[in-house]
Amino acid sequence: MEEKRNIGVYICQCGSNISDYVDVEKVREEVAKINHVSISKTTMFACADATQNEIVQDIQENNLDAIVVASCSPKLHLDTFKNVAERAGLNPYNYVQVNIREQCSWAHSDKPVQATEKAIQLVKAGIARAGYSEALIKTKISAENVVVVVGAGVSGMRSAIELADLGSYVYLIEREYFVGGRVAQWGELFTTNETGKETIRRLYNKLMEYKNITLFTGAEIISNTGTVGNFDIQVKIRPRYIKPGCKVDPEKLQKVIDACPVEIPDVFNFNLTTCKAIYKNFESEFPEIPAIDPEHCTRCGECEKLCDDIDLGQKDEFVNIKAGAILINTGYDPYEPKTGEFGYKEIENVITLPQLKRLIELSGKELIYKNKKIHNIGYIYCVGSRQKDGENKYCSRYCCTSTIYTSIVIKNKYKDIHNFHFDKSIRTYGKLELLYREASENGDIFLQFWDEDPPVVSRNGNGTVVSIKDMLSSGKELEVDCDLVVLVTGMVPRQDNKIADILKAPLGRDKFFNEIHPKLRPVETVIDGVLISGACQGPKNISESVKSSLSAASKANSLVKKGEIELKPTIAFIDKNACVWCDECLKACPFDAIIKVQSDGKDVAEIVEAKCKGGGMCLPVCPENAINLKGYTDNEMEAMITALAD
Amino acid sequence: MEKKAPKILVFSTEKISDPAIDLAGLLKLHYPPIVLTMEVPCSSAVKPKWILHAFDQGFDGVFIAADGTDCSYDESCTEKTGQIISQTHELMKEKGILPEKLKMAAICSVCAESFVKQMNVFADQLSEQ
Repeated sequence: MEEKRNIGVYICQCGSNISDYVDVEKVREEVAKINHVSISKTTMFACADATQNEIVQDIQENNLDAIVVASCSPKLHLDTFKNVAERAGLNPYNYVQVNIREQCSWAHSDKPVQATEKAIQLVKAGIARAGYSEALIKTKISAENVVVVVGAGVSGMRSAIELADLGSYVYLIEREYFVGGRVAQWGELFTTNETGKETIRRLYNKLMEYKNITLFTGAEIISNTGTVGNFDIQVKIRPRYIKPGCKVDPEKLQKVIDACPVEIPDVFNFNLTTCKAIYKNFESEFPEIPAIDPEHCTRCGECEKLCDDIDLGQKDEFVNIKAGAILINTGYDPYEPKTGEFGYKEIENVITLPQLKRLIELSGKELIYKNKKIHNIGYIYCVGSRQKDGENKYCSRYCCTSTIYTSIVIKNKYKDIHNFHFDKSIRTYGKLELLYREASENGDIFLQFWDEDPPVVSRNGNGTVVSIKDMLSSGKELEVDCDLVVLVTGMVPRQDNKIADILKAPLGRDKFFNEIHPKLRPVETVIDGVLISGACQGPKNISESVKSSLSAASKANSLVKKGEIELKPTIAFIDKNACVWCDECLKACPFDAIIKVQSDGKDVAEIVEAKCKGGGMCLPVCPENAINLKGYTDNEMEAMITALAD
Repeated sequence: MEKKAPKILVFSTEKISDPAIDLAGLLKLHYPPIVLTMEVPCSSAVKPKWILHAFDQGFDGVFIAADGTDCSYDESCTEKTGQIISQTHELMKEKGILPEKLKMAAICSVCAESFVKQMNVFADQLSEQ
């Protein structure tokens, strides 16, 4: 490729942030000696409007074919100067930014002479790169203003409503037969005291007002072949075995449920109770019609005898959807303790926090577990979170608050129960701290353990004892008789996370979905058009989940509403002459962006442009060096290295 | 005569380690000025031939500030970057370059102190070689 012969170089003083430590005039003098540099200037603030206009004028009057600005980090002003180039009619990819502030003047403010020498080398390398820079054109593709929201929990429903308000058509896909996700399982919630069910009912009623939302329950995405703007998604909808338009009569439904001979553990109640193959978890659950679990139903026909609305002949349905963006909102699973972990499944009165919350919902005026009235509850915190030796190093965030709120609910509801908290330090952040104070004022006892000395749960005759070395009383060994031991279990990623494979959405080290940048791009994944929000991304409480889902909704809408999407042009490209198709690149690519094609009578690799994310994992694995990345070609990289080494 | 300071080329990554190196500057954490950084999209995109080119051109050390497990492209990033290092170490041996001159470490987006420490230690090690 022909080198650029007419380059403009601008060295910014950044007020005095750069020029206090780097002799910018000396840098200018040195780089002005390079043959291809036609213009070299220092400037007080390169980003100032006047300077931007001056650069535009220079480009136009001198027909510059590339520009270099040596200033701050590209994270701040790369786009600013790309826009300057574009305004002047220069391709933005013929612009190179050199960071002489964060990575030079500030880092070496103790050594101004060396900082100046380094700045000269960095700018020379930028010029070398600009010399080989190629004018790149962003590919434009059409985009459907349709968004698929996966998961109809609280954040999925909330984002669907927001997207519909913004004018997108929304398909809301829920794997279970009922909406609401985890929140539907919870009773009273802090800070509103509204129950989970009430929150879900409100959202569902609102959802039903929209003509541009279609809800599928009992449904899952089973394949995707498209890319951003045009995802081709196939959805499988399992039969509900109830005829559409069924009007539910609660009494009749109960008779049908009673007639069902199949009895299975009720996962909605975390196996505290059993349920039938035909079920509805609670009366006001939505959609209002019951469902028959196809996995456990024996098709005996007892229910059909009692109700005309049941149709055991229903089959799976398949729906194809073309969507511009996909929002994953699939939530979390509660951590399931291992058998024997703090006595779980070995000592009969050891349960988890989600089980306790269901137990309260199912109980009347007294809290009774396994026919025994409860007086003392011991809560063991951080089970499955903040593990020193296990895989879950993270804090699950919600559990301290949830436990303390539950203990307050228990105090208010049952009066004669004592709460003992065995914790590793309480994290009721922000205004949630008020709950901690309330629990303390209620007389709850907080005992704290060290990582290396966790509490021990053991049987003592007919009772159960929790022993602890209490950090707060200088390691005093204490024993508490508990009628109920509650393991405060954290959040873990969904066990069944097939959607990650289908959409190629990356997972982080904790196996939750991974965002591009936790602070600056918190709801986007590297798969363009696939967004994440809520607890599928990492532990969050309801308020945090909804905030992230609203953020993802607006991001999804802004992506598809224009009807056209620009794709980043810095993608891989293949030298088909050199390629011998060994498939190493295909194996290295996490996005299936490489296909085998025929070229001049031989098999060669080809990049699927809409799928390539420009990560470059295919580059070093090619034994023929047949792959380069636009913007990072061998020419550019080696010219920079040579300039830096000078 | 004072010994010439070793020259180090760093491959940083656009989204993860480069922000950490920026942060080191922002916090005025000092490391040797002979450390020169080039940014790539992902640490598993660094070609061995670029590294060898750096040694040919006179760099004394090359450091890959890897994405580690924070990589937004793929969780196999650490493993893939490790393979690049192993492969390049072999090529370096063939050329009579000490493998110790090429190092990698995961530098997260806020790991400014870790980066500075790595650079100071690496510069000292290269000076002793």
